[in-house]
Amino acid sequence: MSILVTPQTKVLVQGITGEFGGRHTRLSLDYGTQLVAGVTPGKGGQFFEHAGHKVPIFDTVAEAAKQSGATASAVFVPPPFAADAILEGVDAGLELVVAITEGIPVRDMVRVKQAMIGSQTRLIGPNCPGIVTPGTGKDSHGGCRIGIAPGYIHKKGNIGVVSRSGTLTYEAVWQLTSRGIGQSTCVGIGGDPVNGTSHLDVIQLFMADSETTGIIMIGEIGGSAEEEAAEWIAKHGTKPVAGFIAGATAPPGRRMGHAGAIVSGGKGTAAAKIEAFKSAGIGVAATPSEMADTLLRMM
Amino acid sequence: MNIHEYQAKQLLKRNGVSIPTGDPCHSIDEAKVAAEKIFGAGHKLAVVKSQIHAGGRGKGVFKHGFQGGVKLAKSVEDVVQCADNMLGKTLVTKQTGTDGRVVSTVLVAAAEDIQKEFYLAVLLDRSNSRPLIMASTEGGVDIEEVAEKHPEKIVKMHIDPAMGFQPWQGRKIAAALGIKGDLAGQCAKLVAAVYNTWWECDASMVEINPLCICLGPDGKEKLIAVDAKIGLDDNALYRHKDILEMRDLAEESPLEIEASKFNLNYIKLDGSIACLVNGAGLAMATMDIIQHYGASPANFLDVGGGASKEQVSAAFKIILSDPNVKAIFVNIFGGIMDCNVIATGIVGAVKETGLKLPLIVRLEGNNVLAGKKTLAESGLTIISGDSMADAAKKAVQAVVH
Repeated sequence: MSILVTPQTKVLVQGITGEFGGRHTRLSLDYGTQLVAGVTPGKGGQFFEHAGHKVPIFDTVAEAAKQSGATASAVFVPPPFAADAILEGVDAGLELVVAITEGIPVRDMVRVKQAMIGSQTRLIGPNCPGIVTPGTGKDSHGGCRIGIAPGYIHKKGNIGVVSRSGTLTYEAVWQLTSRGIGQSTCVGIGGDPVNGTSHLDVIQLFMADSETTGIIMIGEIGGSAEEEAAEWIAKHGTKPVAGFIAGATAPPGRRMGHAGAIVSGGKGTAAAKIEAFKSAGIGVAATPSEMADTLLRMM
Repeated sequence: MNIHEYQAKQLLKRNGVSIPTGDPCHSIDEAKVAAEKIFGAGHKLAVVKSQIHAGGRGKGVFKHGFQGGVKLAKSVEDVVQCADNMLGKTLVTKQTGTDGRVVSTVLVAAAEDIQKEFYLAVLLDRSNSRPLIMASTEGGVDIEEVAEKHPEKIVKMHIDPAMGFQPWQGRKIAAALGIKGDLAGQCAKLVAAVYNTWWECDASMVEINPLCICLGPDGKEKLIAVDAKIGLDDNALYRHKDILEMRDLAEESPLEIEASKFNLNYIKLDGSIACLVNGAGLAMATMDIIQHYGASPANFLDVGGGASKEQVSAAFKIILSDPNVKAIFVNIFGGIMDCNVIATGIVGAVKETGLKLPLIVRLEGNNVLAGKKTLAESGLTIISGDSMADAAKKAVQAVVH
């Protein structure tokens, strides 16, 4: 098994008619993902057509889920409306909402987190590349791709990857694939200070997944999510974990591209996170070039 | 986005927080008028405060030798003299770096008769995604030091974002600070007002240090926010046009402003190897790997997921306007973007800028072979790296020799 999604997972796209959402809908369809519906208010009844695919568009998520059987959604809605779109997915009873949108105000996400307490839905992101569970075809075709990650760099296998950064996820995945090592599922949890799913949540899923035999965890400066995951791994970890922390050279008090990547008040430094990794027995890659090799040496 | 102290106080006042009477002044004439108002109202002492986005102003030194970015003044003439020594002058503090900042505004305010100082702040607790109020009896000092040496002196209280701030929370904080009687009620109201400022303005942080019990001319005690700092969530500025107008471009690096026009995320640093990278995580990691191999990054630069030819060209120009740069390291993982488009952009930018510095390029990903071919056939001296580590080593070698 993989975690969160399988190649059979039916996916809908919120914001399917936007430029960004449309482009990645086409790439997911090309990858062989079961992308079964789209949502754009006011465009219900139309179709999103691409290379022989005819994806029905609905006005609401509830309707799209009911008619198509989709259980997961990718949110490509612009920042001012994204929090609302996430909550619509929650109300529709989706199992998984993956918010790709970058630039959602923190206050909106604070309210979303509060509103989701007790709900059945898992939120990934926002400001994330999404999830890929690779398929068995050529260049991992036939997998489930929700979001914006390049599908072809993956390979079906047994390593779980979790990261706050998109390009560092691709870097790790590519290092694995070019060494002939495949992945169970790759999860980008996003670079914002408030997100739906933490490193720890994903690590727990990987530890419980019989298909996953090793994990790469990529973190960066800001917050304490990496430390919390490391603490849990020290006590309950049953599989080898290797990691990398980005931002050792970042100046304090500056936001490094991601809204959440900031050292403030002496908290959230790379040094503290690396120390937490080491004391939890997590293999720390000295450079981002060595993420896969660090894990492979442990296995 | 950061704003000046006087602007932060305006936002707090709007929400019902008491602040010292005073005005922001951009000229000596304005400072004189502000001072006359203060002394005319019966105050015995005024304070002249340099407005820059950096801490340590009080102990700062002006480049022309004038000591102190915050000064007490006993008369209108005193205020005018201080303002004359601050306006248009460069203030260097422990947070500004040696370049310092030019002071273009001073805040002229009544100097309160301070009886006791406290600390009060509202920020986001990332560990549980809830607003957090922090208060301490140790006001007017470095709160990070208090947190380290006397964590028991900091009171923390989370706010339920669905409920909002509750009156009992204000009373509890007042009690924890040892504030009693009439002042306790004032304190509870003030904490609520500070929290509302944080929430309503989409602030990332509101900090009042110090919050003071002051003795008024009427002999009554009053709680006043004597200093204030507000940081704002950039992603929410679209819904705060009034706050957006408070942006002071003079406080930002000209190169960073130029970069933002092209949707480039650029932060200038002190090293000699410039980086041009796609993605924030990889851009940070690229800085780290340069340091790992023994040199220092000149900047953070994320060109984003779909870097265009125009963006690459603009990025090169921005990088090259930093005189410390001795080599350029381009690190691209083109997941979906076409490496050949990037390669064409690099070749164009090199020709356009007449680049003389060593250029090290690591390309990986979509259509990478065509991209490498474009670089190889350009006739330009481009050092190619097989991996990120290989390219980083070559970049470091280029500046060491």
